[in-house]
Amino acid sequence: MSQTSIDPRSLRAPPRRPIRLSWSDERVRGIFWQVVVVGIVVSIVWWLWSNTVHNLEVRRIATGFGFLNREAGLPIAESIIDYNPTNTYLRALVVGLLNTLKVAVVGIVLATIFGTLIGIARLSKNWVLRTLSATYVEVIRDLPLLLQLLFWYAILQGLPGPRQALHPAEGVFLSNRGLKLPWIQWEGAHSLALLVFVVGLVATLLYRRQALAKQMADGVPRPIWHVALLALVALPLAAWAALGAPFTPDIPALRGFNFQGGLTLSPEYFALLAGLVMYTAGFIAEIVRAGIQAVPHGQREAAQALGLRPGKVLRLVVLPQALRVIVPPMTSQYLNITKNSSLAVAIGYQDIVSIANTTLNQTGQAIEGIAIIMLVYLSISLSISGFMNWYNARIALVER
Amino acid sequence: MSTTAIANPIPTPARPAPITLVGPIGWMRANLFAGWVSSLVSLLLLFLIVKWALGFIEWGVINAVWSVPNNQTQACRDLRGTGACWAVITEKHRFILFGTYPYEEQWRAFAAILIFIALFIVSALRRFWRKELLLVWVAALGSIGVLMWGGVLGLAYVPQERWGGLVITLILATFGLAFAFPLAILVALGRRSRLPAIKALCVIYVELIRGVPLISLLFMASVMFPLFLPEGMNIDKLLRAQIAIILFAGAYLAEVVRGGLQALSRGQYEAADALGLSYWKKTGFIVLPQALRLVIPPLVNTFIGFFKDTSLVLIIGIFDLLTAGKTAIIEPAWQGFGIEVYLTVGFIYFCFCFAMSRYSQNLEAELNRHRVR
Repeated sequence: MSQTSIDPRSLRAPPRRPIRLSWSDERVRGIFWQVVVVGIVVSIVWWLWSNTVHNLEVRRIATGFGFLNREAGLPIAESIIDYNPTNTYLRALVVGLLNTLKVAVVGIVLATIFGTLIGIARLSKNWVLRTLSATYVEVIRDLPLLLQLLFWYAILQGLPGPRQALHPAEGVFLSNRGLKLPWIQWEGAHSLALLVFVVGLVATLLYRRQALAKQMADGVPRPIWHVALLALVALPLAAWAALGAPFTPDIPALRGFNFQGGLTLSPEYFALLAGLVMYTAGFIAEIVRAGIQAVPHGQREAAQALGLRPGKVLRLVVLPQALRVIVPPMTSQYLNITKNSSLAVAIGYQDIVSIANTTLNQTGQAIEGIAIIMLVYLSISLSISGFMNWYNARIALVER
Repeated sequence: MSTTAIANPIPTPARPAPITLVGPIGWMRANLFAGWVSSLVSLLLLFLIVKWALGFIEWGVINAVWSVPNNQTQACRDLRGTGACWAVITEKHRFILFGTYPYEEQWRAFAAILIFIALFIVSALRRFWRKELLLVWVAALGSIGVLMWGGVLGLAYVPQERWGGLVITLILATFGLAFAFPLAILVALGRRSRLPAIKALCVIYVELIRGVPLISLLFMASVMFPLFLPEGMNIDKLLRAQIAIILFAGAYLAEVVRGGLQALSRGQYEAADALGLSYWKKTGFIVLPQALRLVIPPLVNTFIGFFKDTSLVLIIGIFDLLTAGKTAIIEPAWQGFGIEVYLTVGFIYFCFCFAMSRYSQNLEAELNRHRVR
């Protein structure tokens, strides 16, 4: 490029012709059609808006978000934060949002694990495993999610009561009151240990990055496992021990007509989570399978020929290339889980949609209620796709 | 070496492969018992499958109750947990399929369902992919309207509020597709347009719709839509839900179509420009025929998604197949037989979706045949 002498002026864009006010000028036509389309859209929106304003006046509905500070008076069965019906609508909606996040985050993690396992099982050399997972994927993807949720909920409701609860393992009870699991009594020491672990995780990642940069500079590999061990295991354990190493198992037990203690998954939450995870895992399995199959066989063979061990072949050669195919469709599955969690309203789990719906029925603030739902989902969607785009850019092929 | 070759010019036939490597035994060794982990997994899974299958047959066939007299469900209740109560299906199947459509007129709804199925089959055959297919669609959808509403040709008038069941699911999905598809093509073209205002409008529409759940659009249709219209003007609930589904489907289909537009090589666009074709001629004769052909398999997959998503109208109380199933077990006599009803309704959904998904896979293989060596 540099050898051939090109007049730099010729690389510039061609000079813009002045716009002639004529139908044969492409730009004039473009501007005309844009004005027409925007004009139509704006007038439709304006027409709807003026109708709405008029209707609200006729029905004497005051617009605005003032209702958020009024007493909600709506009972919520499960909540992460303290809540009672005398709290405001705002707090009720926050509870709903947290419930949505609770099911979405846990659902994303479980569906990823479950779906990846099934996707790998579909490529297994074992015929039973392969056929079984293929059947699972086909059946689960051909049934509406809402039907599956209602089905799981019907099964949970058909379970025996607490006294005859299914009792597969010590401290685990499955009854029509939901799933009971053993847990520990959460104390300050546990929170501190968790905090130290998170800080340690960040520190380890930073250290790993530095070690890799140094290795890139001089070629000497620097192991990081001792730092990881210290920051992720030893320090959190030390923090926990420093506060007296409290450990009190909290095992559910039947007292009277219901269970006491332990961790509770309500039937609604359990049905929603099970339905979402099983449904989405079917889609994730297909994505994972396609991703693994997209890596050419020669890549694996070349890595083996270089003398890499099977673990390293998978970690350094196959996975990075498979992830490039997997991540974009996986993002839309994560978005789908989040959006599909709104089906909670059909089985009575009180997520943001359910609570906003009750709110708009109680207050008559239809526009505000739906605006809140849409705003919440738009922001969750944008955050997830923002994060996944960042991750995708990180693992993308670096080209010239 | 060479002397033996001359002395024995007839080559000895190759020995057959060991019996343990070919035939059923070889297949089993390769696919079921390759190594002890694989054998263990096979045996464990086979054991579980047989156990569950036997359990299901015992519950669903051997111990099942197929009919009960006059809503006397005591026989079913005695069997709770050990046997299925298919009597609920025997009793309620007309309700699940046709909703509250007048009993004597239900053959009309049934005929409409058959027309829908015939329409799907005709559209699926590549032999019929011609312009005339559009006329077939118009004729079929029109005759379905006549059959369902009636009021002409000696058919009694049936108001829309009484429609229900499978036919509503098919109406929502098919009309949704028929209207969403042209919308999607326009939006996809708009999103690739060089005109900034049009591009911005299309991007906002697609991203806004794809960012929110379908439920919120359905709520909007059922709660907010009446506020949008001038006083006195009223659109019935089914049509409002249909509009929401069209808008929703339009955004998703637009992204699929855009994928096809992007996959088309640049040379095609430039060649059309070089021929001096106008934008619409270029789009209609060169771009769309090739781009749409590329995206037919994902289009079918998206359609399967919508077919399933129409079940969400349950939440705003429209009487589709799933709502009819859920309503069938509200009556006190039939409460608690949800599993049987949902299995049946699920089977109907499965038949439609499975057929479409198989079709899509075959079509994909057929359309990609030239790429496979």
